[in-house]
Amino acid sequence: MNTDLLRILPETILVVAGILVMLIDASLPPRAQRRGLIWVAAPGTMLALWASLIQLRLDPGTAFFGAVETSPFTIFFHVLICGIVLVALLLAYDTLPRDSHHQGEFYALVLFGASGMCLLTGAVELLVVFIALEISSISTYILAGYRKHTGKGPEAAIKYFLLGSFATGFLLYGIALIFGATGSTQIYEVAHKAASAQNHTFIVLALMLMLVGILFKVSAAPFHVWTPDVYEGAPSPVVALLSTAPKAAAFALLLRVLYQMLPDLRSLWMPLLWVIAAASMTIGNLAALRQQNVKRMLAYSSIAHAGYLLAAFAGLADKGIAAAAFYIAAYAAMNVGIFAVVTLISGYDEHLPLVADFRGVLYRSPLLGSLLIFFLISLIGIPFTGGFFGKFYSFSAAVGGGAVVLAIIGLLNSGVAAAYYVRLAVTVAQKPENGMSQAALPVPQIGVAVGAALLFTVGATLWLGIAPEPILRAAENAAHALQ
Amino acid sequence: MHLILFIVFAGLCLAGALNLLLQKHPINSALSLVVVMTSLAVLYLLLGAEFLAAAQIIVYAGAIMVLFTFVIMLLNAGREERTLGSKAAVALGFPAVAAILAVIATVILKAQDLGSVSLSDGITSTEELSRVLFHELLLPFEVTSVLILIAILGAVSLARKGHGDQEAGK
Amino acid sequence: MNPIPYHWQYLPLLIQIVVAFGLGTSMILGSRFVGRHRNSKTKLAAYECGVEAVGDARGRFSVRYYMVAMLFILFDVEAVFMMPWAVIYRKLPEITGSRFFGFWEMIVYLGFVAVGIFYIVRKGILDWSLDKADL
Repeated sequence: MNTDLLRILPETILVVAGILVMLIDASLPPRAQRRGLIWVAAPGTMLALWASLIQLRLDPGTAFFGAVETSPFTIFFHVLICGIVLVALLLAYDTLPRDSHHQGEFYALVLFGASGMCLLTGAVELLVVFIALEISSISTYILAGYRKHTGKGPEAAIKYFLLGSFATGFLLYGIALIFGATGSTQIYEVAHKAASAQNHTFIVLALMLMLVGILFKVSAAPFHVWTPDVYEGAPSPVVALLSTAPKAAAFALLLRVLYQMLPDLRSLWMPLLWVIAAASMTIGNLAALRQQNVKRMLAYSSIAHAGYLLAAFAGLADKGIAAAAFYIAAYAAMNVGIFAVVTLISGYDEHLPLVADFRGVLYRSPLLGSLLIFFLISLIGIPFTGGFFGKFYSFSAAVGGGAVVLAIIGLLNSGVAAAYYVRLAVTVAQKPENGMSQAALPVPQIGVAVGAALLFTVGATLWLGIAPEPILRAAENAAHALQ
Repeated sequence: MHLILFIVFAGLCLAGALNLLLQKHPINSALSLVVVMTSLAVLYLLLGAEFLAAAQIIVYAGAIMVLFTFVIMLLNAGREERTLGSKAAVALGFPAVAAILAVIATVILKAQDLGSVSLSDGITSTEELSRVLFHELLLPFEVTSVLILIAILGAVSLARKGHGDQEAGK
Repeated sequence: MNPIPYHWQYLPLLIQIVVAFGLGTSMILGSRFVGRHRNSKTKLAAYECGVEAVGDARGRFSVRYYMVAMLFILFDVEAVFMMPWAVIYRKLPEITGSRFFGFWEMIVYLGFVAVGIFYIVRKGILDWSLDKADL
């Protein structure tokens, strides 16, 4: 029993931290400041991160009657998710309105959501998968609508909620059919039964339905339509979280379902993911070219990145999983970073939402301008940044799996993508048109918390770009653990 | 006897679901949903899932439908308007749903080595359910309470005024 | 061997439904046929502090009603889970192999509910007179 509890230690810590935030929040007088709750939320997340690392000492195995698993794979994603959440919390601390007395629920929702995401990466029982996915989704739905005074905030929340619950319905139907076909919802047992099954039609149907639900969460091509609206309407610190952590968890689930539960059906799901990867990249990049709003542009860019990542699924098991896991880490580092910078430049209320508004940022705030350009370089995939190695491993995995054409499509797409990233970078570096109006804009203040968050993301992006070996080794261990 | 009950309530369930989609007044749709939920409960009972049938009535037909009607009244929703977009959605949606249903039905009908469920007097007693729920499925059970806690937090968060609304109001 | 089919146990429930429907219908129909109807303006007016009978039935409600309904559902779901637990409680030590395990699993579960209740009470969601919760 004690090892059972150790195996869900990070999730438990996150839930307990969330409950503490809730209790303290409720005990404070109604109009009191609640920013200080970060002192519960951030240490809680760090503790969860530490607990995930502690789990490395445990032998890989399952707990609670085969409901959750601890392995290098889950630890990789736990550390990644806790890192993202920590950065998002620090970012929110400095950028959420200071006179608001509703920050407690923000921190609590982030912590609970993080526990759901962590549980999702470790779940090997489809029932737990479903509940964990719901925990992570429901908290992100509510966080997406956090800016109530704008029309776009509630719009984002309700679109995300309606489409998201619809997609989850498909996933649930798929799980039910899996149970119907194999008589079990435990992933190992399903894998065992599926391997010995004569007729796969029923399992294939179930897999298709499950894929609808999962691909929605990673915003891959035919299920991506929610992304721009939600990213535009949700507050930027939330988007930093929303565009990375739940996606990392959903990708972990996708890897688990495809490579661990139904590896024998590879000949079937591989072409499907091939098409989805190519479509995601192409649709994402072409649509991003036409965007004037920075957050919408980054939303379409994130769809394209989901496509690059899915290209790794064309790879053989070992290389493919490792490349995908590495890409998620690289993507998370640079995407959280760029949304942190965008938050600081355009502000919580987004008085500067357009690409044209970013003109002269480099002169207004040299630090933020150069950081923005740095993250854009990483998103393009230029060497010495995490984005480069991410793409490199992903495409070489695809080539290794025989999907040369997909890798070429990916490279062409990276070229298209460079166009809009460079456009933003050039705008940032342009001299302000008429000094008056630009000079009148306030220079964004960088607080200690957000400074730490920026340092962390820049450091991670650089580290992944210069010395990717340790992370790559961790990703390979994770890949090994999944088989 | 079981077959007759099944046919009656399955038909009622489908009719309720169709009526739900076709009605223009949200309240009428919500009331059709009650019919769907209740007939589903009877179907569960016919399959021997006694506890599930009771929970279906208590939670869905009881609590959730109350919330639906409350929300419809809160929003003061009037008759639904048919716009060009919604007509297009109907024109595309119904064939698409029909296609998905056809695929699923074909697969299920052609499937060979599936187990079968019979409409019979056999009942999975609540005790058998509990044996699984409080032992093997302990973790999902406990995690469900976290989910409910988030729902409480979310409901409070959704219902309150937004930051800046007070200033705008005064 | 029980000679009566299991579903026959639901007969009392069916009888109750029939009686409830029958009672309601017979009362309405009975008063319609037996009673005399002489409506005057005063008799049709709303009684004392009653709600005006004519007007749009879908008046707007306060969001507080939503909160009450929402919280009712959530606690309803929690309560539904206690039923199977209560059914098997005495056998749980034997199933789980530990004497108080079954007890503690429900205590943990209820602990989450308690946190939820504490939160909504302190946030003033159920307090309709003070506008503490910014509803």
